[in-house]
Amino acid sequence: MAKSALLKSSLAKKYWMALTGLFLCLFLVGHLAGNLQLLTPDNALNFNKYALFMTTNPAVKVLSYLTYASIIFHAIDGAMLTYQNAKARPVKYAKNNAAANSAWSSRNMGVLGTVILVFIVTHMITFWAPMHFDKNMPLQTQTITMNGQPSEYYLTTDGSYLPKQQVDQKVIYIKNRTEFYNAQANVKIKEGYKDLYKITVAFFKDAKYGLVYTLLYVLSMAVLAFHLHHGFASAFQSLGANNPKYNGLIKGFGKGFAIIVPLLFAIIPLYLHFILKA
Amino acid sequence: MALDSKIPSGPIADKWTNYKNHINLVNPANKRNIDIIVVGTGLAGGSAAATLAELGYNVKAFCFQDSPRRAHSIAAQGGINAAKNYMGDGDSTFRLFYDTVKGGDYRAREANVHRLAEVSANIIDQCVAQGVPLAREYGGLLDNRSFGGTLVSRTFYAKGQTGQQLLLGAYSAMNRQIGRGKIKMYNRHEMLDLVLVNGKARGIIARNLITGEIERHSAHAVVIGSGGYGNVFFLSTNAMGSNATAAWKIHKKGAFFANPCYTQIHPTCIPVSGDHQSKLTLMSESLRNDGRIWVPKSLEDAQAIREGRKKPTDLSEEERDYYLERRYPSFGNLVPRDVASRAAKERCDAGFGVNRTGEAVYLDFASAIQRYGKTQAHIKGLDENDKALVTKLGKAVVEEKYGNLFQMYEKIVDQNPYETPMMIYPAVHYTMGGTWVDYNLMTTIPGCFSIGESNFSDHGANRLGASALMQGLADGYFVLPYTIGDYLAPDIKTGTISTDLPEFVEAEKNVREQLEKFINNNGKHSVDHFHKKLGKIMWDKVGMARNAQGLTEAIAEIAALREEFYADVKVPGSMVGFNQELEKAMRVADFLELGELFAKDALHRNESCGGHFREEYQTEDGEALRDDQNFAYVAAWEYKGKPSDAVLHKEPLVFENVKLVTRSYK
Amino acid sequence: MKLTLKIWRQKNAADKGQIVDYPIDGVSPDMSFLEMLDVLNEQLINRGEDPVAFDHDCREGICGMCSLFINGEAHGPDRGVTTCQLHMRMFKDGDTIFIEPFRAKAFPVIKDLVVDRSSFDRIQHAGGFISINTSGRTIDANTIPIPKHDADRAFDAATCIGCGACVASCKNSSAMLFVSAKVSQFALLPQGKVEATDRVLNMVNQMDAEGFGNCTNTGACEVECPKGISLENIARMNREYLSASIK
Repeated sequence: MAKSALLKSSLAKKYWMALTGLFLCLFLVGHLAGNLQLLTPDNALNFNKYALFMTTNPAVKVLSYLTYASIIFHAIDGAMLTYQNAKARPVKYAKNNAAANSAWSSRNMGVLGTVILVFIVTHMITFWAPMHFDKNMPLQTQTITMNGQPSEYYLTTDGSYLPKQQVDQKVIYIKNRTEFYNAQANVKIKEGYKDLYKITVAFFKDAKYGLVYTLLYVLSMAVLAFHLHHGFASAFQSLGANNPKYNGLIKGFGKGFAIIVPLLFAIIPLYLHFILKA
Repeated sequence: MALDSKIPSGPIADKWTNYKNHINLVNPANKRNIDIIVVGTGLAGGSAAATLAELGYNVKAFCFQDSPRRAHSIAAQGGINAAKNYMGDGDSTFRLFYDTVKGGDYRAREANVHRLAEVSANIIDQCVAQGVPLAREYGGLLDNRSFGGTLVSRTFYAKGQTGQQLLLGAYSAMNRQIGRGKIKMYNRHEMLDLVLVNGKARGIIARNLITGEIERHSAHAVVIGSGGYGNVFFLSTNAMGSNATAAWKIHKKGAFFANPCYTQIHPTCIPVSGDHQSKLTLMSESLRNDGRIWVPKSLEDAQAIREGRKKPTDLSEEERDYYLERRYPSFGNLVPRDVASRAAKERCDAGFGVNRTGEAVYLDFASAIQRYGKTQAHIKGLDENDKALVTKLGKAVVEEKYGNLFQMYEKIVDQNPYETPMMIYPAVHYTMGGTWVDYNLMTTIPGCFSIGESNFSDHGANRLGASALMQGLADGYFVLPYTIGDYLAPDIKTGTISTDLPEFVEAEKNVREQLEKFINNNGKHSVDHFHKKLGKIMWDKVGMARNAQGLTEAIAEIAALREEFYADVKVPGSMVGFNQELEKAMRVADFLELGELFAKDALHRNESCGGHFREEYQTEDGEALRDDQNFAYVAAWEYKGKPSDAVLHKEPLVFENVKLVTRSYK
Repeated sequence: MKLTLKIWRQKNAADKGQIVDYPIDGVSPDMSFLEMLDVLNEQLINRGEDPVAFDHDCREGICGMCSLFINGEAHGPDRGVTTCQLHMRMFKDGDTIFIEPFRAKAFPVIKDLVVDRSSFDRIQHAGGFISINTSGRTIDANTIPIPKHDADRAFDAATCIGCGACVASCKNSSAMLFVSAKVSQFALLPQGKVEATDRVLNMVNQMDAEGFGNCTNTGACEVECPKGISLENIARMNREYLSASIK
């Protein structure tokens, strides 16, 4: 009996690239849906609610671990492919007119992927890490003017408001970054929202680097677009889905996906930097 | 020495069966102790190697190409005949037998041809079982088409790539045996001599074309399946590497060479375009199913076309001479190849040629396009009188049938054959002659067999279309594997043949000396220079029409050219490593001898038959005039040192089942 | 036409090799590319230089022997042709033409432009066949009807000439198009289904062992393939391998 090598063989590598790639496409859709909250009215609360959901929901947790694993696997598998492929042609051509037979994006998936990986890492350092680990992560507050007297309130997950004053006066203290405790009774009374929105806006509106960040994000999304431009339809081919009847549909959808998703992602920093009033 | 063809007795239909039932077999355990060398991996050699290995023999297969899959059988386009009668048009083994004997102008051995017809049907079964994707009809069953010289449709095909598909089938059978270790494959190896031990073929000397090493290989029998010698003409439809060296080396060691003058000039090839031309490209005979061949009726029109003042499409139907339909109303454009070629030459010699050099005729698909288009329109319920629509539909049908050929033509000639008729002219294509073999396919050297195009046996003086593939596979799959057992049966106790025997040492020394001579020659001209000169002599004087004077001149000229070649050829590089010029030099050296024997054979055969047309022997209306009284024999030549000294042996041809008549396709 | 040829010269497998310039004059547009090289070689021989070694045989686009990476493309700039069918009318007077061997680790150079493609043969040894013996007593060819559509697609896959242009064009030197063509031919026919599982596993394993790269679906192979073998075949092989693997 011939042996299959579902982990080692050239074809298996393609399957894993395709499966992880397609899963990451799904992730993109979910992530985009959340991020678009940044553009909605009452944006801060919607976005922070989404951020809270993403960090606490058990199903999301599972998905997020899958996503991390996919990214890592996709990257490692890709790196291995690139390495093996480079080895398969030890002497290069003096002249190679590759543009005559293939798309630029398809030939540069490794480079594009590396850029995306760098982006993901920095993106996580900027937003994901404070969200998860930063002890000083601010909680969302809102200034409410009553009787002409503005005062700040924490927004809490049950929809009520907690005067910031009480925390300042140590009537209430904050534990575990988001939990409000009654200082006297030592019981948890409410929970606040980590203000990821604030961090996000501050990042893109940074007086010194805001413009640079915005442009780098837009550029990264362009890179993602090229990566998806080849990757989406390619994943179907790798999994054996190639039928003249449906190829047009897959390719068309893939192209649309590759343009629309990164475009929507890119709109967000542009909006935050240029349009949103401080 | 009297030639014994070993044809079994009895009624023709039973000969092969009875013979098989009574010949010696080698038992499976003993086959393991027997080695067989197969030289050449085309349809004959490849199928033989695979089958012999399946049977249990240890096979060593040799080819000069970088893979057995590249043998020139791959280029056969049109199809393969088989008496399956799937079309229900009255075909039978006897009809295929009869057509082949008649097509060969009554110069083939009845018994061999009948055997060929008998096994033809098995070939199709075998190939389909191997996964050869032959063309099918919408019902899922195999399709057939008709070919020249027959009145039934018995040709199986795979578009215009039948040879490719059949060869890949044989190659796949070889692969299975190579994978199992039963065939040891020697790619990029060229056989340069046969080794005889005690009068029996016991091995070969081969050169590794990559390293230049000269190797000795021993075996209990040697099978030559190295193809034909059409490249003696330099320009032919053969591959650049196709050569006669293996066949010629065994001839020099004692195998008689039969009927070298029987050469097929194929009528539908792309005409020569200039001096730089290195080979000629065939357009499948199947095109004559649908294409109509014509030249202008008037010399003025022909001249106007040659000078580019008129286009073929400018000429009305009345201004065209469909000369095959005119001369041969019953077979029309589907006359056999020799007849079609001569008719084209006749028209061009008379000044009606249509390309710059006046050596081309038209092959026109306009009426086929209209005919098919109308049928399609009818089937689809569309308007049959809409000319543009009909043309479009018709073109689609023609493309489906011949697309790859049309594309090939357009790439070479830079004209669109859907719009303007193709230009074609005859070119050297196949050699019916070859090493003489008996009914067992064994040459006059015991233990040396010859199969496929390299032997002379089945096609007489002219081969019908789609019969070469049939013969190659018949020999390799179904004939040789049986008959070789009869020879090998006494050899089961012989044991491995040592390559240290003095015969091997001597043969290797001779090969080495010849190679060294070329390397050290320091002449002035390249090998091609001489090959082209030889080709010109052959084409001008030993080509489509021959006469005694031309042939006599050719013999002298070739002999002189050979001397000049040895004195003045320049082979760069060294014996070590890859040296393509050295390969060519060895091959051309053999062509220079073979060409002379070819002319000598043509000169001695004072008749016209099949591919051999002597101008002195023709009827009043220019048809071939056979002389059955004096020439109904196989001319087998024995090597005696120089081609001019070759000794003629005659094997009389006895016809018991087919009546000899003047071949008429009118 | 007057041209400058930049040809890869390499004495043998061990030699490092380099590009050498050869000016050539008097090239006719009707010549095939290989005939142009014949002319060059004739001149080199007459000058006492070593002629350029290149593989070629049938010169009608079917044997798959000719190779050459011409101006950055396998079999040159024309489509649907092998190098022997490429004509000089595709080039302009004064052009510079790069001529290199097909490059891949699995196709080591033998000399100049000649490479060793026996890795292709070894892949076929691993499974490029249907295991039946030659008996002439197999079932009648018409016993199993095969839908014309399937037969035609099997034929299209079977027209692969094994030239290696797919490997040469692929940025990864992948042999997937070649291997998938054979896998597809048999996978599409009932005769081939019997051994389908082992065939695809064995052939893919051998392909990997030969050191070919992996497919990243750039599609370059399909574009440069002289016989237009479709990427559908690679997808079919992917399916076949997947289903064979989980059996």
